[in-house]
Amino acid sequence: MSIELRNISKKFGDFVAVDNISLHIETGELVALLGLSGSGKTTLLRIIAGLETPDTGEVLFHGEDAVDVSVRDRKVGFVFQHYALFRHMTVFENVAFGLRVLPRKARPAETEVARRVHELLKLVQLDFLADRYPSQLSGGQRQRVALARTLAVEPKVLLLDEPFGALDAKVRQELRRWLRRLHDEIKITSVFVTHDQEEALELANRIVVMNNGHVEQIGSAEEVYHHPANAFVYNFLGNVNLFHGRIENGRVFLGDTAVELESTHAHAHPDETGKAVLYVRPHLLEIVLQPNGKQTFPATVKSINPAGPQVKVELVAEWGDMVQVEISHDRYQALHLEPGANVFLRPKEQKLFVYQI
Amino acid sequence: MPESVDYSPKNPATEDPPIVRRALISIALAFMGLFVFIPVIAVFVQAFSSGVGAYFAAIVDPEARAAIRLTLMTAAIAVPLNVGFGIAASWAIARFDFPGKQTLLTLIDIPFSVSPVISGMLFVLLLGVRAPIGGFLAAHGVRIIFAEPGIVLATIFVTFPLAARELIPIMQAVGSEEEEAAIVLGAGGWQMFFRVTLPNVKWGLLYGMVLCNARAMGEFGAVSVVSGHIRGHTNTMPLYIEILYNDYQFAAAFAVSSLLTLLAIATLIAKRFLERRVVPAKPEQDEITAKVAA
Repeated sequence: MSIELRNISKKFGDFVAVDNISLHIETGELVALLGLSGSGKTTLLRIIAGLETPDTGEVLFHGEDAVDVSVRDRKVGFVFQHYALFRHMTVFENVAFGLRVLPRKARPAETEVARRVHELLKLVQLDFLADRYPSQLSGGQRQRVALARTLAVEPKVLLLDEPFGALDAKVRQELRRWLRRLHDEIKITSVFVTHDQEEALELANRIVVMNNGHVEQIGSAEEVYHHPANAFVYNFLGNVNLFHGRIENGRVFLGDTAVELESTHAHAHPDETGKAVLYVRPHLLEIVLQPNGKQTFPATVKSINPAGPQVKVELVAEWGDMVQVEISHDRYQALHLEPGANVFLRPKEQKLFVYQI
Repeated sequence: MPESVDYSPKNPATEDPPIVRRALISIALAFMGLFVFIPVIAVFVQAFSSGVGAYFAAIVDPEARAAIRLTLMTAAIAVPLNVGFGIAASWAIARFDFPGKQTLLTLIDIPFSVSPVISGMLFVLLLGVRAPIGGFLAAHGVRIIFAEPGIVLATIFVTFPLAARELIPIMQAVGSEEEEAAIVLGAGGWQMFFRVTLPNVKWGLLYGMVLCNARAMGEFGAVSVVSGHIRGHTNTMPLYIEILYNDYQFAAAFAVSSLLTLLAIATLIAKRFLERRVVPAKPEQDEITAKVAA
């Protein structure tokens, strides 16, 4: 089922949670709403579910207006951040809930309920826990029970609110892959909310980057990561270094040394002039031992963290800003870096982002 | 069935030395013995002091039977009303924001903070024959003060915060996420209430009912003011006991007292029984109840 949001706005008191958002979600898509807390992403999800009513705007399910359709008739599945399992019911009864509250005519017989529940519990690989209570399960198990419970009513749309937010890193990654596989299998239109850019980039077909109730960019993982629409998106999707500088006729000058970058290095128009902020990802800076004209600027190594796939080096630029750089282990060994060493930094081509202020 | 969870302290850092543990347990037990167990025994000893025959004679006395009937009837009316009000008030306070919420929270406590005698006087002033409302009702043949309705009203008034006070913090602690989940899964309002909301607050509700029932049967001050002490008509058990006591009929007074004590014990047993009937205890739920109670 496709979802269409048209000019949705929602205020809580004076706080504008969602500000005039329009969005189209295709049948079978897996879409991420990505943003910081307070960006309106959860409110938007709850509006789709019908748990909140928008102040203005329309929600259309499969082309039909759904604003006046009550939550229970919307056929949406909602997975809560803190699972919201019924604590006084066993896992089995939790999953069976949606079937047991069906109108008498549509309610399946007890044997059919049992069959369906066990089928779903097998799908989430928790059949052996059917008789346990939620308090006896781990976080990851609870979340999978919550998912099975949601799928029991065969929703047309699956909405997940920070589904892995409360889990530890390892379990989170496992569940992420598992959800991706599940989505590939059952092809249900899904929207999930997350503040974790990695999660969004890994899982979603499309990502909606949100900020202060607005949509900053909508696009595939590739698009939002490599072609960010603006500084916010670039800043949000991964670590960045932030340099204040000037921009003159498309050339960027950093600090007092006036590092000069060709306009092709940055997303800047050749005729722009004024103050600017330059965003550079840590892996798009190179450490060199010799200066190279105006393409490099001097910095001093502060600390080195060689744990992980890349070596993380922290430096201080000559004008005082902290700079994070990630280099390969090979490069690190070749450079013989030590804390206190004076080196030069060179932004690699193309992937910088200049934001005029 | 869930496996039983062992809550005995295992952590040596938080475990008290044996001497502290024994001292605390002894103090608790000694206190219980001195202030609860011995008086209860004393009530029964006094009740049977004139022999078993006198005991039963005191209980089957028509005036005693009338007092017992009135007490049970009052409790039977006050407790369900209380539960209804408690659920409605706690639901409203825990789930909605509305103007006057703080006022409602404060008002709920008034019957607690006001002396029961004053509560009783309040009803006399409002509904007595000389007051406008009471006069109007009396003109139409409805007697409230110095009659059963007055006793029931006064009892409802002094007990009405009990269930609500128990339920509000529990409702707030449980939150509304499970209810939202039930609605999204297709449950109707009543289905949600009976399958999710009520089971989640049932311990608080039961406890509130027990407290309310005990207070309803035992209330003296407010009821004394509105009753008029008409023997065989407007005497509840506590009032009847006082009359017997003032008449120097100690054995009879304690016989009826023992009955009131037995009713209280029966309430507690009923609560235990109900607790076992409604789904075996789950640690998480108990934790919330315990936290709230603390």
